Amino acid sequence: MGSSIVQAIIDGVLTGGVYALMAAGLTLIFGVMDIINVAQGIFVILGAYLSYSLSVHAGIDPFLGLLITIPALFVVGIGVEWGFMRRLKEGDRTAMSILVTYAVSIVIEGVLNISFTVNYVQIHAWYVNRSVHLLGFYLPYIYVFGFVLAAVLLIALYALLYRTRFGASVRASLQDRTAARLVGIDVRRVSTISFGIGVAVTAAGGMVFGATNAFNASTSYDLISRLLAIVILGGLGSMGGALVAAVFMLVLEDVVAVAWSPIWATAVFFAALVVVLSIRPAGLFGRQVARAQ
Amino acid sequence: MSARRESGVAASPDAPAVPLGGSGRRRAAIGAAWIAFGAALIVFPVVFSNPTVTTIGVFTLVYMTSATAWNGFAGFSGYVPLGHAVFFGVGGYTLALVALHLNMAGGYAMFALVPLGGIAAAVIAVPFGLIALRTRRHTFVVITIAVFFIVQLLAFNLGFTQGSSGVQIPTPLWTAATFNDRFYYAALIVLALAVLVVWGIRRSRFGLQLLAIRDDEDRARGLGVKVQRVKLVGFVLSGVTVGMAGGIYAFFVGQIYPQFAFDPLFDVTVALMAFFGGLGTISGPLLGALLLEPIQQYLTLQYSVGSLYLIIYGALFLVVILAMPRGVIPTAGEYLQMRRARRVERADGRSPAATPSVEVAPLGRASR
Repeated sequence: MGSSIVQAIIDGVLTGGVYALMAAGLTLIFGVMDIINVAQGIFVILGAYLSYSLSVHAGIDPFLGLLITIPALFVVGIGVEWGFMRRLKEGDRTAMSILVTYAVSIVIEGVLNISFTVNYVQIHAWYVNRSVHLLGFYLPYIYVFGFVLAAVLLIALYALLYRTRFGASVRASLQDRTAARLVGIDVRRVSTISFGIGVAVTAAGGMVFGATNAFNASTSYDLISRLLAIVILGGLGSMGGALVAAVFMLVLEDVVAVAWSPIWATAVFFAALVVVLSIRPAGLFGRQVARAQ
Repeated sequence: MSARRESGVAASPDAPAVPLGGSGRRRAAIGAAWIAFGAALIVFPVVFSNPTVTTIGVFTLVYMTSATAWNGFAGFSGYVPLGHAVFFGVGGYTLALVALHLNMAGGYAMFALVPLGGIAAAVIAVPFGLIALRTRRHTFVVITIAVFFIVQLLAFNLGFTQGSSGVQIPTPLWTAATFNDRFYYAALIVLALAVLVVWGIRRSRFGLQLLAIRDDEDRARGLGVKVQRVKLVGFVLSGVTVGMAGGIYAFFVGQIYPQFAFDPLFDVTVALMAFFGGLGTISGPLLGALLLEPIQQYLTLQYSVGSLYLIIYGALFLVVILAMPRGVIPTAGEYLQMRRARRVERADGRSPAATPSVEVAPLGRASR
């Protein structure tokens, strides 16, 4: 029992890293643009399908294929931002953004259902079903590789945001759009690129997700509800919060699945969210929103 | 018909220029339009007796009710809940399980269980609201989604709901020709109730308090509105109505499964319908559901194999949101008002271009 719980914690941390990456994209988009991107779930699935097609039809290794899929989803993100998001009125952006991105998401879901049918698929590679035996625990290669990939990309994202001039303008827009505009930052351009980056990370997340889970287009509903829960728990707009919340939630879910029952693991996942938010409405690391006049 | 002629008279050049809404004639015209609309709904199954059409009719009424009830809370309070499928499912399950345990035969008595579904929804809505309404804006949206998923999981895994095999509901032994009509009129009664409730809210002090919360919750509290209580009552009222709609839906479909009773699409569809027609108006959600639900049903029937309907539905939605961000009814209202204003001005000999027609939004609103 004890060692299976440790195993569950290890699994939770490893998968949590991947969720953290997907959630980081979501929270970046929210922070900069005040937009809740409900389509993030279907973008993950789109990324997974892209990697899947590349590996099945062209024989490209999923990790290598990221060199194609990440830029592809970056372009998709920019397209969606340019086509729809920037056309939203300032007043009730957040509420409208939920609807618009939801509409985008069902269009993509329809396209994916037609192109790939609704049958579940999974990405295969030599490392998907093998694991390494370490100190009495089994570490599936794909979990380890996925975690390393997520860590590398999160560090890259961190470096981009905190070590570059562009990152400084993103953070300025994150803090206050109006003030950022006043000091001469092209907030529109920053928004477009941030949206692109936020969507692009789903290519990597989707690849690992597609290798560890069988998926079809409607898996996106399950994904987006988890991602939203993670992002809100961490505090919307907080990158570190998303990271901590992702690992916390997935460890919790895996431990509950082992210690109690897999049936109730997901319920505990959402119940934890409800409990935390009843105590801290702004999330674990959320800024208390100052009251605007 | 008469409604159109009446409003034409009201818009004549000698009408006063200032009161653009609310003159006596206008109000009579709107009243006549409502009566005509109600009459059309009543005679609909008599005129179109094709069972496929009346089936779509019943679903449409159920969604009109749900969208109206959803809007009665969301449109007035500014909170956007995406978990109303909880009430829909609870209403349906209440009807199904009570009928099962009382060994009821399908018949008119089953309709008596519909209000019971509403009561059960209220019992769920109180703790749901108490938890969720502590938070605001996005956090509120996500909490309602989370509660929705918890309830769906409970329906899958608790013993008494019979899990994923679902519950069969006794089918009434009515003649096929008029089978749908009875459900249609039952759904129409619930719809009328929903519209009356929302209309009552809109005209009452309670409705004003909800609107004050939408505009500025902290200031409303400062002015003495008991915000938590007002929000909770609004939330529960809307839940009760959706619960009753769910009861009728389950009885009509004849069986109930967790994934259909607690459907994430329901949450969003109802919101889409309200936004489509116009959030915070009474006619908006009715129109939204009346247009969108038949389209969805038609596309589902037409393209049952492929997922083309998802694409068409989504694309249609994008076009409407981007072209008319405030919904069809408010946009159409503005258009009519502008036309009237122009006509009045032309009669006065002024150029229509002289009117400042663009309202500049204050910059600070974006951050709220």
